[in-house]
Amino acid sequence: MTSSADAPKVDTVIHTADEFDPNATLPFGQWMKKNLFNSIPQGILTVFVAACLARFAWFVLNWGVLDAVFYTDDPDVCRAAAGACWAVIVEKHRPMLFGLYPYDEQWRLVIMMAIYLVTVVVSLMPRFWNLKFLVPLWIFSVVSIFTLLFGGVFGMPFVPSTDWGGLPLTMILFSGTVLIGMPVAVLLALGRRSPLPVAKGVSVVFIEALRGVPLITILFVAVNVFPLFLPAGVEVNKLLRITVGIAVFFACYQAEVIRGGLQAIPTGQYEAADSLNLTYWQTTRRIILPQALRISLPAITNHIIAAMKNTSFVIIIGLFDILTATTAVMQDPLWRRYYVEAYLFVAAIYLFFGYALSLYARQVEKWINQGRI
Amino acid sequence: MSHLDGSIRGGQKPRATLGTIIYSKTFRTIATQVVMAVFVVMAGLFLYNNVVENLRAQSIATGFGFLEQDAQFDIGETPIPFNATDTYARAFLVGLLNTLRVSAAGILLATILGFSVGFARVSSNWLLSKVATGYVEIVRNIPVILQVIFWAVVLRNLPAARDAIDFGGFAFLNNRGLSFAVPATDPVHGPMIFACFAGIVLAILGGYLARRHRENTGRYISMLWPSIGLIFGLPAIVWLLGGAPTALSVPALKGFNFRGGVTISPEFTALLIGIALYASGFIAEIVRAGLQATPRGQIEAARSIGLRPRFVMRFVVLPQALRVIVPPLTSQYVSLIKNSSIAVVVGYPDLVNIGNTAMNQTGQAVEAIAVMMLVYLTVSLVTSTFMNVYNRLVAIKER
Repeated sequence: MTSSADAPKVDTVIHTADEFDPNATLPFGQWMKKNLFNSIPQGILTVFVAACLARFAWFVLNWGVLDAVFYTDDPDVCRAAAGACWAVIVEKHRPMLFGLYPYDEQWRLVIMMAIYLVTVVVSLMPRFWNLKFLVPLWIFSVVSIFTLLFGGVFGMPFVPSTDWGGLPLTMILFSGTVLIGMPVAVLLALGRRSPLPVAKGVSVVFIEALRGVPLITILFVAVNVFPLFLPAGVEVNKLLRITVGIAVFFACYQAEVIRGGLQAIPTGQYEAADSLNLTYWQTTRRIILPQALRISLPAITNHIIAAMKNTSFVIIIGLFDILTATTAVMQDPLWRRYYVEAYLFVAAIYLFFGYALSLYARQVEKWINQGRI
Repeated sequence: MSHLDGSIRGGQKPRATLGTIIYSKTFRTIATQVVMAVFVVMAGLFLYNNVVENLRAQSIATGFGFLEQDAQFDIGETPIPFNATDTYARAFLVGLLNTLRVSAAGILLATILGFSVGFARVSSNWLLSKVATGYVEIVRNIPVILQVIFWAVVLRNLPAARDAIDFGGFAFLNNRGLSFAVPATDPVHGPMIFACFAGIVLAILGGYLARRHRENTGRYISMLWPSIGLIFGLPAIVWLLGGAPTALSVPALKGFNFRGGVTISPEFTALLIGIALYASGFIAEIVRAGLQATPRGQIEAARSIGLRPRFVMRFVVLPQALRVIVPPLTSQYVSLIKNSSIAVVVGYPDLVNIGNTAMNQTGQAVEAIAVMMLVYLTVSLVTSTFMNVYNRLVAIKER
């Protein structure tokens, strides 16, 4: 692909007949014949699938758009309508998005999410990949995010972390998981590949034990058992315990992925580093890890997306993330008939963030594979 | 690991002084490990002491003695008889059986769906493959717990038993679950199941003999119809010999509920649909990758020697695809079993749900969670061992 604008135009390529070029675009009629109607059973199948699809699309259009109620504060209007009641989202979006957080203080969460999104988007852009810029940015963001969430200063009332909820909580759990989990994952993967039997043994047992149990049991440990492990009088914030629990679980899966990348590094790379007399950590940091992470990037992305979905497990231990908050809102007898709309809204949020993450990951793959054949 | 051993290069061996010993890699390796081991042991002791101290302070009993006590709670769905005077141990067993029940049904459903969608994705029919892609993207990217809760709410909002959705009088869907007609129990059912098993064994044996025959003589005997005949025909013959009983146990509305037939609870159904659909998306992708792993040249070569498309799939694509499919499929099965633990959000009494109740009643969190974890570890290990054996059977045999 010569997609860059300033690449010289190649006019000398002789275009052969389309049938020899697998990537040639067929005329629409031929394309239809090849991909939809190349035999009688295929044609019947196509017509059948198309009919089902059209029926479904017609239903969705009627239910979701034509007969739907988009805005009303009166549930009876929805009751009278034949279609969806999107008004439930308009009416209930605040408890769904912000959970138990005090109603009058929810503006703080809006600012917090804005800071969060700007910070994340900026850090993801290569033109800002400069520690002198990113480190102050992150310090500023983290301090202001937690100041906004907790309050207690500048005239903002204090809100304990037990009252945090909704989308901000999902964001905190997710970023905490990745930020804590990735370094742990790298250490575990290196430990598993280590020639030191003790390091290797500890890593293997840790990874296999945690990968063999459901996330729920780890959440139970974080909530019910971990406090028992601490000396009397010492307490750790519940939200932090849960985040660490999810992060460690995430790290065990991620470690296996990174190990796969490490295994793909040719021995010659180690030998070359050795011949330069680099230490273990120099070799790892400058030569091995960058390559291993690049190789395993697609799988790493999958687990990061899975980590985002996994934050929803906190419903089991009563943390008010966006799913728990929505489920609680849907207990309202006036609006609970419209649960499909509400859950579709939550699903759309997860789909949006998941899709954004995978698009970005594909872009990163393109960047790091530039200059490679 | 050449980068760690032997900092000493060249033929000369320097004299061992304190300095060279401390800076030698051997010493450092051993020292690092001793420090690590001491750290791990100390941390373990520290945590253990804290647990013992804390439990004593809260006067909570330790050990697994509570398993012998009466559970004092009832369980909604019990594959084996259970009541509140039975022990916690038996309650855990009920939970385990429920976990296995929903997992087995989930694996079956997810495999059928996943393979169908996977085949649809590689179909030459553009429309079908796009529909399959849409399905995969949706079920994979919505959290499984959201899907389970969604189906639970859907089922809870079904009409009451009185207004149940009627499927021709043989199946009824209502907010108490799905009730459907089954053949009334008859003494011939036992032998029929036995005949079915015998049919499966004979079909496998027949397939093996046909293959031997093909390898020896080069002549191909299709075992497809004989196998189907054996697996379904033998039970049919037994059924006819047993007097061909046709009595059905049909669910009928009695009071507020359906009696007769078989009823699947809404909790079980919601959990089953949720975890099976979610897993089916991943399985479909695994199947697609496997089917696409066969180099195109092989398929073209098979066609050029006049092999029919059915045989190209059967003898060229599938055997190679299975090798690619089985290892990741195993981890999907294990993760489906682990996902069944979200039963607790819909109130299906699986192992974790019952463990959670036991934990809340006795306060013995450490032990209750240990039981759950050990059971899942065992189930995970058994599943992967079983699938690894199968993997070895289908793996490429090289010299």
